[in-house]
Amino acid sequence: MRIRKRNSGSVATPALLSLILVVLVAITVYVFASNLPWAVRPAPITSVGAEIDHQYDLTLAVTGTVFILSQLGLAFAVFKFRDHGQRAHFTRGSNTLEAIWTTATIVLFLGLGLMGHKAWAEVRFTAPAPDAIQVEVTGNQFVFNFRYPGPDGKFGRLDPKQISASTGNPLGIDANDPAGKDDIVVPTLTVPVNHEVNLLIRSQDVIHNFYVRELRIQQDAMPGMVIPLHFTANTIGQYEVVCTQLCGLGHSRMHSYLNVVSDADYDAFLKQQAAGQ
Amino acid sequence: MPSTIVTEEIELIHSGKGPGGGDSSGDGGNGGDGDGGRGDSSGATRVPQRAYVTGMFIALAGILMFFMAFVSAYIVRKDMPNSAWIPLQGPRILWLNTLVLIASSLTLGRAHNRFKAQDEEGFRHWWATTTFLGILFVAGQIIAWRQLAAQGIFLASNPSSSFFYVFTGAHGLHLLGGILALLYVQFRATRKVARGTAIEVVSMYWHFMDGLWVFLFLLLYLGR
Amino acid sequence: MSSHAHTGGSTVHAPIAEPSGFIRKYIFSVDHKVIGIQYFLLALTAVVIGIVLSLLMRFHLVWPNATLPFVSGGQMSQEQYLALVTMHGTIMVFFVLTTAPQGGFGNYFLPIQIGAPDMAFPRLNMLSFWVTFLAFVCIIAAFVVPGGAPISGWTGYTPLSGLGEITGPGEGWGQTLWILSISLFCLASLLGALNFIATTIDLRAPGMSLMRLPLTVWGWFVTAILGLLAFGVLLAGGILLLLDRSAGTSFFIPAGLVVNDQLQAHSGGSPLLWQHLFWFFGHPEVYIAILPGMGVASHVLSTFARKPVYGYRAMAYAICAIGFLGFMVWGHHMFVSGMSPYSGFAFSVLTMSIGVPSAIKTFNWLGTLWGGKIQFKTPMLFALGFVSLFVSGGLSGLFLAQPAVDNMLHATYYVVAHFHLVMGVAAIFGIFAATYFWFPKMFGRMMNEPLGKIHFWFTFVGAYCIFMPMHFIGIAGGIRRYADASAVGFLAHLQPVHEFMTIAAFITGAAQLFFLCNFFYSLKFGPKASKNPWNATTLEWDTDSPPPIDNFGGHYPSVYRGPYEFSVPGAVDDFIPQWQEPAQVARVK
Repeated sequence: MRIRKRNSGSVATPALLSLILVVLVAITVYVFASNLPWAVRPAPITSVGAEIDHQYDLTLAVTGTVFILSQLGLAFAVFKFRDHGQRAHFTRGSNTLEAIWTTATIVLFLGLGLMGHKAWAEVRFTAPAPDAIQVEVTGNQFVFNFRYPGPDGKFGRLDPKQISASTGNPLGIDANDPAGKDDIVVPTLTVPVNHEVNLLIRSQDVIHNFYVRELRIQQDAMPGMVIPLHFTANTIGQYEVVCTQLCGLGHSRMHSYLNVVSDADYDAFLKQQAAGQ
Repeated sequence: MPSTIVTEEIELIHSGKGPGGGDSSGDGGNGGDGDGGRGDSSGATRVPQRAYVTGMFIALAGILMFFMAFVSAYIVRKDMPNSAWIPLQGPRILWLNTLVLIASSLTLGRAHNRFKAQDEEGFRHWWATTTFLGILFVAGQIIAWRQLAAQGIFLASNPSSSFFYVFTGAHGLHLLGGILALLYVQFRATRKVARGTAIEVVSMYWHFMDGLWVFLFLLLYLGR
Repeated sequence: MSSHAHTGGSTVHAPIAEPSGFIRKYIFSVDHKVIGIQYFLLALTAVVIGIVLSLLMRFHLVWPNATLPFVSGGQMSQEQYLALVTMHGTIMVFFVLTTAPQGGFGNYFLPIQIGAPDMAFPRLNMLSFWVTFLAFVCIIAAFVVPGGAPISGWTGYTPLSGLGEITGPGEGWGQTLWILSISLFCLASLLGALNFIATTIDLRAPGMSLMRLPLTVWGWFVTAILGLLAFGVLLAGGILLLLDRSAGTSFFIPAGLVVNDQLQAHSGGSPLLWQHLFWFFGHPEVYIAILPGMGVASHVLSTFARKPVYGYRAMAYAICAIGFLGFMVWGHHMFVSGMSPYSGFAFSVLTMSIGVPSAIKTFNWLGTLWGGKIQFKTPMLFALGFVSLFVSGGLSGLFLAQPAVDNMLHATYYVVAHFHLVMGVAAIFGIFAATYFWFPKMFGRMMNEPLGKIHFWFTFVGAYCIFMPMHFIGIAGGIRRYADASAVGFLAHLQPVHEFMTIAAFITGAAQLFFLCNFFYSLKFGPKASKNPWNATTLEWDTDSPPPIDNFGGHYPSVYRGPYEFSVPGAVDDFIPQWQEPAQVARVK
């Protein structure tokens, strides 16, 4: 009995709960503010990526404010209105307040959603430039293959029956299609800097995903579909490509690289690959 | 937080609205929407008869969603690029089956009317006719399946045939349940559920299955 | 009130005979209270299994090369990890988060709180439990069949789940059992939902108008409607998937797939179709898990703040709004799937708008506490924890609801953190609040307060320690469902955070022993509970602890007022129960 009394009537429980909530807010704010290496995204390499980051920051500002206010409000209420012998203040609510916070959240949340629409539209509602470099991305358990159309600018026809990883035709390029003779198939993606690239994403077996953090883009490779995705990388460097859609037992090893190179290096890459075909 | 209605609280306690009474003051606390809860609280029955009717309404809503999932899959699947869709030529007997099922709804309505008129013999006659027509329909559906199978069209032959078998199979199973219910009402005096309620609930189900079939049939024919 | 026909505030009816014999009484019982406890115990078993699976996952993420005694080959393989992912998700979502709050507490307390002697269809209720049990047996059996448990995640995306064992271990028998289990579960939940809705509509006590329903009942009622409309769709999807796997149809599988150099014989199906059917169910499912918890939180907050629920009507409407909108947002799970970007935009706006009723609820919870006289009993602590966790977990949803931002965070640990906080931990806090709150009523004994509080502190702090860092590693690109981080360069520096989370998970998991000990100890040795130990107002406190077979011992209660009449000015006590006749309320002279 003695123990129970101490636990329910005393100030210790509300104080501890409030303290935990305050510490939670403090640590969360600290981690967001101090850019710890395990809590930051890499810099984006596209203008759309920068826009997404901007929208992210805006959302963070809004939700962060709500988070801080509501957690601290809860901490305050818990401590302030603990049972110390008073009688509770009787009220059933206030229609005015309900109307105010309903309107406020509608404006805030929907406004945020509509603003976020811009970055989305830029990636998904627009067509790539006609001179964009076309690269076909194919996922299969558990590798990526990237196909360039070669000098003729045309992809060869694909025939699933001719797929054979062991004989060097992992995509099943139809041997009878002349357009396919000069196609380049490589395990890493190389693109020139500041030039628009249009990826044609597809899958041979199950659903995969093409994800490059620095592009801020994920796109599922959906069997039966060819999904276009365009971007213009503005920074030379090597970036990791990973699969983020559960695709089977080797899922976590499905991995490749995106090399953003200078125009000269890109030409050299194409020449070298063409020579190797 | 500002309180809105403190002064009238004592009044609320004094006036003390009784069961079923609504009073509109206050935000929710004492509100009544005129929906007074269990009205017929006659101690004898544990469950009011209308709960069975409500239950059937709810069940039909669930069944409708189940079939609508198939239907939406059908519509999406049919219009996909590369859908490999070959329109299915449904067996002609389906027309006959549809007529039989519609007729069964009419005889069921007849039976229900006879029951209301307290004509037990007429009720039993029309009720049995309905059951017979129901069985005839299921038999007709099986014949349709056999005709398709004889043409070499099976479940996996084509997406359109897959959907045909799924639609008719799922509907047929539900209809078999309805036939069992018809037989139950015919041959077993119901104890817990009053006979009138049982008849009403089974009729709702049967008419729904009839309407559902007509819809599926039109979908399979017009929407192929 | 003199005009009213009832005397003594209740109607008398003939006593209902208690069934004799152990089997009729405890196994195949039609009593909603026994069925409720059966559901609860099933969920308790499932949650223990689910937690053990998650701890194994956390262990593997940090020490992938450790030798484990019970794993064939000593070390856990990639596919074993993925099987854990799949089974943890499935067991937790279906057999814990759906089963405990709705099947367990809903079954036990919905009829009592509306003043009914039982569910509308008791035998259907029993059937619903036993089908759920069968579904549970099926899913557990997936562990022991050849090939082991499925590896396609709790969403079972095709074609991974649709082609059979060629796509990976566990995709043979294991996946078939998974589909079977889910389909049975759907069937059981449909039966349960039917019962809940009919009971709420037709079996309310005299005077129990809709706007006098406890918010718990609102939660269960709307949850049942969601279940009724959603589970049928998943059942249909499950049947089609089963046909694709075993009968060679092509609902979900396109042409020309080559797995392991073998051309598959399907043609023209759509994997997106499965995702649409799945998420049409899957998103309402999130609310099926959380709405009862919201109801419990409101109920408990009001009781222990000794204040009426702030804005009762707004709370009831918000539950309905969440339920309604919950059916129009499923596409936000599919922003990167290849669905039309225009649909993505529409789903995004609808998803943002579902934040509005959620925010209304949060404001009203704070309003309920404001100016209260808060008593910090264990159920109250868990309800307060629910509010905090719901806010933390809900806000991150605003990021994921925007397709552009989702492009960066999709399939990272950010998503894992989001849904674990909001529908996992918050919902489980709702379950804990309900357990501590109603244990005296269900078992006639009080639970131990100090143990309960220790359980709360560990679980609350622990949950935040596990799931807050997950947001950050998600932002840094940490990818979910990876058995092994070694292949990807940018994952290496996240490992120390994983270590921290794993340690936190083990401590939090171990702290659940406080709960289990408390539960089973109090069952036997807890101090006897009175009729109304919390001085609460709703009908379940008008009857013995535990209630007799017909719930109210030979009478039907009548209801005279709203459910949360606390600290009413002019009344002597700080609570006026729903069943108390107005004339009997003691007034300050």
